[in-house]
Amino acid sequence: MDWLFKFPQLDPEFLLAVKRAIDGALKALTRGYGQSIEDFFYPLQRVLIFFENTISNAPWPLVVIAIAVIAWFAARRWTVVAAVIGTLIAIGLLGLWQDAMKTISLVFTSTLFAIAIGIPLGILMNRYRRLGGVMQTVLDVMQTMPPFVYLIPVVMLLGIGRVPGFIAVVIYAIPPIIRLTDLGIRLVDKEVLEAADAYGCSRSQKLWKVQIPLAMPTIMAGINQTIMMALGMVVIASMIGVQGLGLNVLQAIANQYFTQGIFNGFAIVGIAIIFDRISQAYGHRLQKHRGAAHD
Amino acid sequence: MGTACRSTGVQHMTSNNASIEIRDLYKIFGKSPARYVEAVRAGMTKAELSKAHGQILGLNNINISMPAGKIQVVMGLSGSGKSTLIRHINRLIEPTSGSIMIDGRDVLDMSELELREFRRNHTAMVFQRFGLLPHRTVIDNVTFGLEVRGVEAAKSRDTAMRWIDRVGLSGFETRYPNELSGGMQQRVGLARALSNNASILLMDEAYSALDPLIRTDMQTMLLELQTELKKTIVFITHDLDEALRLGDQIVILRDGSIIQQGDSQDILLRPADDYIERFVKDVNRGRFIKVDAVMEPPPQSDGRSLPKLKSGLTLETAAKELTNSSFDSAYVTGDGGQPLGLISLRQITAALSSGSAA
Repeated sequence: MDWLFKFPQLDPEFLLAVKRAIDGALKALTRGYGQSIEDFFYPLQRVLIFFENTISNAPWPLVVIAIAVIAWFAARRWTVVAAVIGTLIAIGLLGLWQDAMKTISLVFTSTLFAIAIGIPLGILMNRYRRLGGVMQTVLDVMQTMPPFVYLIPVVMLLGIGRVPGFIAVVIYAIPPIIRLTDLGIRLVDKEVLEAADAYGCSRSQKLWKVQIPLAMPTIMAGINQTIMMALGMVVIASMIGVQGLGLNVLQAIANQYFTQGIFNGFAIVGIAIIFDRISQAYGHRLQKHRGAAHD
Repeated sequence: MGTACRSTGVQHMTSNNASIEIRDLYKIFGKSPARYVEAVRAGMTKAELSKAHGQILGLNNINISMPAGKIQVVMGLSGSGKSTLIRHINRLIEPTSGSIMIDGRDVLDMSELELREFRRNHTAMVFQRFGLLPHRTVIDNVTFGLEVRGVEAAKSRDTAMRWIDRVGLSGFETRYPNELSGGMQQRVGLARALSNNASILLMDEAYSALDPLIRTDMQTMLLELQTELKKTIVFITHDLDEALRLGDQIVILRDGSIIQQGDSQDILLRPADDYIERFVKDVNRGRFIKVDAVMEPPPQSDGRSLPKLKSGLTLETAAKELTNSSFDSAYVTGDGGQPLGLISLRQITAALSSGSAA
C-alpha cells in the first residue's frame, strides 16, 4: 500500500539530469556570452547611473521644487502639492534622503521603460486578436509568478547590481500597462469609432485621434498600477544588490533592527503616495470631459 | 498635402448629381452568409433562415432609387434593418450581395483606399447618439472631417465657424460635448457633417434621442438648410410623423424587406398593408395630406367664381380657408394661377376621416 501514500514521481536521477542540463546550458550561456550580454546592456547602465546621479547629486531644495512642480501640473491642486512636499521633507528628516533618491530614480526609469514598451504592446495586442490571446496567457503567468523567481535568471546572466535589478523590475511591473492599454482601446465607444470610420479615418488616424485619447484614462490607471508594482519590486530587488530604501529594509530584517525597518517602510509608503497621487490626479483630470453628463 | 487640393475640387460640385441606386442588396449576418443568399432569393423567410441555419437575415432584396438633392427617408421599427441599410451606403457594413451605384461608381467594388477617399469627400454621417469626440471642444469636433482629409487648420477652422454659426451654436465653440444638451450636441454632429461639404448626408436616427420639441426644431432647421444645400439626404427614423414631414420619398422596411415605397401621399392614402395602415392610423392626416392628392380634375367650362387654393396646401389649411369663405368647394391652382383641380369640403372631410380616401 506504500504507493498510495507516496505520489509516484519521475525518477530522481532523471529529474536531476534535467535540472543539471538546463542549469548547465544557462551557465554555459553566461560563460560564453556573459561579456557580450553585459556590453549589450552597458548603455542602459549608463542611463541608469546618469539618472541616479542627477537626482542624488542635485541640491535637495531643487529636487523638492521639481517634484512639487510636477505634482502641480499633474493635479492642479494645492493640497496634493502640499502633501508631496510634506512627505519629501519627512523622508529627509529621517535621514533617508540619499536612499530615497536612489529608489525614486530606479522606479522612475523603470516605469518610463515599462510604458515605452508596454503601450505599443497593448496596442498590438488589441489589433491582432491571436497575438492578444497568446499574450493574455503570458501575462497571466507573469502576474502569478512569485517575483523572487524573476531574480534568478537575471542574476545568473548579469550578476548583481543596477541593470539586473532594473530588468527584473520592468518585467515584473509591465503587465498592468499592457493589459489596460488593450482594455482602454477596447472600451472606446462603438459609435465614436463608427464616426471615425464614416469620416474616412485611416488606421493610424483612428488610433491617434480617437482610440488612444479616449483610452487615456484607462491607460493612466495602468501606469499608476505599473508604478506601484515597480516600487514593490524595487524593494525585493534589493536582494540582488539594488541600493536604496529596500536595502535598508533587507538589513533590518537580517539584523532585527525594528526601528530602521519601520522608518524605511514609512519612507517607501511616502514615495508610493507621492507617485500614486500625482498619476491618479492626472488621470482624473483627463477624465474631466469624458463623462456623459447629458444622455 | 495633396488631399487639400482635392477637397477644393469637391467644393465646386456643390450642386450635386449624387443619386444613389441600390440594386438587389442582401445582407445576412452569420458565419457563412454567402451560402444562404440563393435560399433567401428563392423565398426563405427571416424566421426560417434563423431557425434552420442560425443566420440572421438583415436585408432582403433591397431596391431603391434615391434621387439626387432630395430627402430619402427610410422608416421601420427596431430590427427592421434600417440602420443596417444606411451603413451599406458608406460601407460601414459589408453587404452579402448586391450593388450600390453612386455617381456611376459601385461603392461595393471600391478598394480600401478608394472607399476611404469616398467617405472623406462624398459622404458625411450624423449619428443617433451623436458620435462626438468627448475630449475635443465643439470646434475641434466640427473640424474633424476636414482634419482627417488633410485640410489645413486655418481653413478648416473658418469653414467650421461658419457652420457652427449656421446651426446656432455661436459662442459655444470652446465648450466640450458633455457640457451641452442633447439637442446642442446633435447640432455639433450636424455642423461636423455639413463642414465636410459632401454631396451625400447620411442621418442615422439623428433626432431619435431628442425631446419632441427639440426634434421639431431640428427638423425645421434641416428643411431650411436643404432648400439651399440640395444634398442627397438619407434619413433613418422610426417615427412616421418625422418621415412624413421630411421625406421627399419614403421607404418602409420590415424584417429586412421593403414593404412600401413612395411619397408621403402614397403612404397615407394608399398604405400597402395592415402593418403600414396601423402606423398611419395615429397620424394627423390633415397636416400631411395635400389637396393635390384628394382633388378631382377641373370641369371643362365652369363659369362659377370659386375661391382658389394653392397646390401643395395641406388639408388642414385648405379646410380652414374653405370654412372661412362661404363656399364649400374651391379650385386648386398651380404656380401660374391655372386651375389644376377642384376640391370640396366633403372630399376633405372624407380624406381626413377614412383610411383609404381616393
